[in-house]
Amino acid sequence: MSDLVRRVPVLLALLLALACPLFFNDFWLQTGLFSMAAIVAAIGLTLLVGTAGQLSLGHAAFAAVGAYTYAWAAGPSDGEAAGAGLPPLLALVLAGLVAAAAGALFSPISGRLRGIYLGLATLGLVFIARHLMLNAEDLTGGFNGRSVEPLAVPGFSFSNHDPDYLAVAGVQFSGLHRLWYVFLVIAVAAAWIGRNLRASRTGRAWANVRDSETAAAAMGVHVARSKATAFVVSSAYAGIGGALMALAYGRIAPDVFTFQLSIDFLIMIVLGGLGTITGAAIGAVFVVTLPLVLVQYSGELPFLALPGSGGVDAATLARFLYAGAIIAVLLFLRGGLMGGLRRLRRRPAPPGAGLPPVAGPATGADAAPEPVRPGVPTASESG
Amino acid sequence: MSYFLTQLANGISYGLILGLIAVGFVIVFTATGVLNFAHGSVLLTGAYLVAVLKDPIGFWPAVVVGVAGAALLAVLVNALLVRHLAEPDPGTAAILTLAVEVLVLTELTRRIGNRVLSIDAPWGADTVSIGPVSLPTSRAVAAGVAVVAFALLWFLFARTRAGVGMRAAAADGDTASLMGIRLSRTGATGWALAGALAALAGIFLTSFPAPGVAPSVALTALAAIPAWVLGGFDSVVGAIVGGLVIGIAVAMVVGYESHLDFLGRGLGEVVPYVVMILVLLIRPQGLFGRKEAVRV
Repeated sequence: MSDLVRRVPVLLALLLALACPLFFNDFWLQTGLFSMAAIVAAIGLTLLVGTAGQLSLGHAAFAAVGAYTYAWAAGPSDGEAAGAGLPPLLALVLAGLVAAAAGALFSPISGRLRGIYLGLATLGLVFIARHLMLNAEDLTGGFNGRSVEPLAVPGFSFSNHDPDYLAVAGVQFSGLHRLWYVFLVIAVAAAWIGRNLRASRTGRAWANVRDSETAAAAMGVHVARSKATAFVVSSAYAGIGGALMALAYGRIAPDVFTFQLSIDFLIMIVLGGLGTITGAAIGAVFVVTLPLVLVQYSGELPFLALPGSGGVDAATLARFLYAGAIIAVLLFLRGGLMGGLRRLRRRPAPPGAGLPPVAGPATGADAAPEPVRPGVPTASESG
Repeated sequence: MSYFLTQLANGISYGLILGLIAVGFVIVFTATGVLNFAHGSVLLTGAYLVAVLKDPIGFWPAVVVGVAGAALLAVLVNALLVRHLAEPDPGTAAILTLAVEVLVLTELTRRIGNRVLSIDAPWGADTVSIGPVSLPTSRAVAAGVAVVAFALLWFLFARTRAGVGMRAAAADGDTASLMGIRLSRTGATGWALAGALAALAGIFLTSFPAPGVAPSVALTALAAIPAWVLGGFDSVVGAIVGGLVIGIAVAMVVGYESHLDFLGRGLGEVVPYVVMILVLLIRPQGLFGRKEAVRV
């Protein structure tokens, strides 16, 4: 029963998400697609950072690998850039696999370094990926990028064509509407796999390594392999996320996959609450939606200046808000937005209220319990 | 041969500038355990102050204000934000500084816009020639200033009470604190030093041959991260050597780019990171780093 009650919000959210294409306009659909692509990548990163305790600043590179792999594999062999002409669904799987392979190539480093040290080492991946994107022009189209073949299965394309006209409940279903459901299925699958992975033997080994490598090794966990596996899985997620971004954009260029994207991914997972999959999703939606909405509706916000005029324009305001939000969360909200929500839900029952009072003379006035001040470590803790 | 020597001199001077930045990373890291991603925006703030103030108050006073301003900004980031984290640990501190970087850079980008502000340094676009080697005067001055700064740092850490206190705090914070060293003060000193060094580096990174103050200069501070990592995270000497390695590698690759065009254009931008990854493959703890020993 309680299990069912707990799942009600999730089911409601899913139903809502299923119905969205019926009443959203193109702008909101596009925003939703970008959000869901980011959710997939953010879930992968939260597994790495939150569960395995390894920082990565290189996830934009793996997203790029996924995006370009999809574009290459699904691209027509006679197009503007090289393509293999494979079925798009296969190309999508390939995007994840190649990104995972790229992550595995990095395992000599990802298996040995820990935490922020790994984060610094992965910083280089973004710049190396950018160099490759700019220079491997046959594959990537260089600075101007290349267009992305829409997703399709035999007889049905998730674009504006084939069938040219499709309507559900009186709403014409264009490419955006059709893609919405594909993205939703992939995002839900990513969350489900992520949850199970975290609870599995592998995931618990990651958490063990995060808390203490020595203890994990004593328990029989292969520490280096465990860290490398977490990195590979996370890269695969980023690759799929990147391929979805490519599909949502319709065209990809090196400027999409900058260091800024890596930072965005990190901020998504920290904002939502490190290590939680719902938190990663909330953070992803916030970080993706905020700038797009502000730019879209900047005309209706009178205090915003025009871009380039030197005043605060919509994109600038979005960046201020997002940096301000992350600072506020880190300073005031333990456990990110999810941690805040959880505490809000528990507030009606303060800790210990539900326990039966302990009978006996020890609870008398002469043995008043020492008040425990939160946040002040005791001597035994700090040692 | 003279071409090679010129490139080498360029690389050394550029490496010393990177060293100034990388030493800032080391000092902040050892003093407070924070990986300071806001370093680039601190650097740009210093350079921006110089560019804006040089006309009203003159270049040298502007340099003083720029260096002091950058140091103040760094201290404030530590005192107002980093020290008040809800869950203080290196990971969240790093992400906090990333957010500060975004915040400060957004504001500076808004102020600078598409312009490139010249800082009009008195050495202008001159070059100096020593035998067969010619070098932009700004780079020669940069090398001199960096060497003086490093000598002062050595004096500070080796000979003064404050510096020895900082080393003690870095070696073992709890014990140092029990011995009467104020960790809040050593932390603030570390951030201030890092900010001042970053501003110095910023001035040289925005004078000739670079065009001037533009938001992209903050990215250059990122190129000092490989120098820091190469040196081994907690070694000032390591950071300087790391800076020199990266600086010389970049200068050589850029200087001989025509022989390396099979590796693609714009190679200079990736060289620092490639060198870093290669070194980490062989020595994960960096060139001067100690292997972390774990006692159970």
